[in-house]
Amino acid sequence: MPLDKNQIAKRIAQELQDGFYVNLGIGIPTLVANYIPEGMEVVLQSENGLLGMGPFPIEGEEDADLINAGKQTITTLPGSAFFDSAMSFGMIRAGKVNLTVLGAMEVADNGDIANWKVPGKMVKGMGGAMDLVASAKNIIVAMQHTDKAGNSKLLPSCSLPITGLRCVKKIVTDLGVFNVTENGFECIEYATGTTIEEIKQKTAGRLSISPVVKEIAV
Amino acid sequence: MGLNKIVANADIAIQDIQDGMTIMLGGFGLCGIPENCITALVKKGVKNLTCISNNAGVDDFGIGLMLQQKQVKKMISSYVGENAEFERQLLSGELEVELIPQGTLATRCMATGYGMPVIYTPAGVGTEVAEGKETRHFTMYGEEKEYLMERAFESDYAIVKAWKGDSQGNLIYRETARNFNPMMAMAGRITIAEVEEIVELGELDPDHIHTPGIYVHKIFKGENYQKRIEQLTVRKK
Repeated sequence: MPLDKNQIAKRIAQELQDGFYVNLGIGIPTLVANYIPEGMEVVLQSENGLLGMGPFPIEGEEDADLINAGKQTITTLPGSAFFDSAMSFGMIRAGKVNLTVLGAMEVADNGDIANWKVPGKMVKGMGGAMDLVASAKNIIVAMQHTDKAGNSKLLPSCSLPITGLRCVKKIVTDLGVFNVTENGFECIEYATGTTIEEIKQKTAGRLSISPVVKEIAV
Repeated sequence: MGLNKIVANADIAIQDIQDGMTIMLGGFGLCGIPENCITALVKKGVKNLTCISNNAGVDDFGIGLMLQQKQVKKMISSYVGENAEFERQLLSGELEVELIPQGTLATRCMATGYGMPVIYTPAGVGTEVAEGKETRHFTMYGEEKEYLMERAFESDYAIVKAWKGDSQGNLIYRETARNFNPMMAMAGRITIAEVEEIVELGELDPDHIHTPGIYVHKIFKGENYQKRIEQLTVRKK
C-alpha cells in the first residue's frame, strides 16, 4: 500500500532533530506536528509571527488574535515568542529555521520546485513559499508521487511556474523517500507494497536507486 | 497640545483619503485588520485605491467590503484566496493584482520605515517575480547567492490596527495580530492607528512599545471589533 497522508507526515517526522526550529507548510506538512517524537524538543515557526506554536485551542478558548499561517486558531506554549512579519521572514532569510516542510505540484530532478501557480487557473498567490524556498537550507517536500491523472510530479524540469531554484533536498511521497542529488532523484526508501519498478515507471526525472534502499518504516 | 494625535473616530481619521491614493492596510487574513477604518472607507466611498495588504479579506469582511463597492483599482498582496468577488473582478479585468512574496512585502514596508530605498532578497530569484528586476550576487557568511533588488513601498496612508495606544501614538500589538502592522505603521507618509484601548500617557511601559509614536499621525479608539475567525479549529477538552 502506498503511504497515506498521515504516514507521509510520520516519515517526515523522522527527519526532525532535537532542538530544531521548523516551519511546516499547509496540508500534509501541518500533520508532521502530530508525530514529533516523544521527548524531543522542536519549536514550530508560523510565518505570520510566532515561534512555539501549540496545539489547537480547547473549544471555547479560541482567540481571534492568535492564528497560524493557515489562519487556523492555535495556542502558544511556554517559551513562545511573537514578532512581526518582517522579523519572521528575517529569521527565515537568515537561515535560522532548521527545517522547512512544504507541499509541491512539481519537483525537478535538480531540486527546482513549482507550487504556487497553475496558468489558466485562478492564481491565489505565493504567500511565503518563495521566501521559504529561497532561503531554507533544509527543505523537504511532502506530496503525492503523481497527479490525479497519474502523471509524475518528479520531473526532469518543472513545467509550471517556478517557486524556487535548486532548493529541495528531500521528497517524501506516497511511494518512497528520495534525496535530490547532483545525479537527480535518488530513491532511498520505498513504501510497503510498492516496487522499484513502479517507482521507476512513475518517476519522469532522472532516478537512481540507492544501493542500500530499504522499505519505509512508519 | 501639539503631540495629542487622538481623533474622535474612523470617519475623521480617514477624511483626507482621496480617490486614487495608495494605502497600506495591516493584518494577516482577518487577524489584526483595521476594521473601523475599512468601514469608514466604504462609507466615504473613496475609489480607485491601490491597496497594499498581505490579503484581500473575505467576501463580506475586511478589504472584501471595499471590493464589493468596487473601490479598489489594484491590490498588492502575497495571497488573495478565500474571496469570490475578488476572483470575479480579477477575471473580468476590473481589478489589477500584483502578487509578491510575503517576506518581500513585509521587508519592502520595513525598508520604507527605515528610510532605505531598496532591499535585496533571494525570494523570487529565477521566477516570474524577478522578471525585469536587477539582480546582484552577494556573499554572506561565506555563501554566495543571487539577490533580487526590490523597491521600498511608498504609500499616501498606512492604516494599522493595534491593541493599545496612547495620545502620542505609541502602540502595542497583541499576539499574531501584530503581523504587518508595525512595518506598515513605519512606512506610511501618513499613518492612522486604530486601537482597542487608548490608555493614559505613561501607562505603556516604554520597554514594551512596539511602534514608537513618532511614526503615527492619528490615533483613535475603534468600536465594536468583530475580530472574525477565518478557520476556527479547536480540540475537545
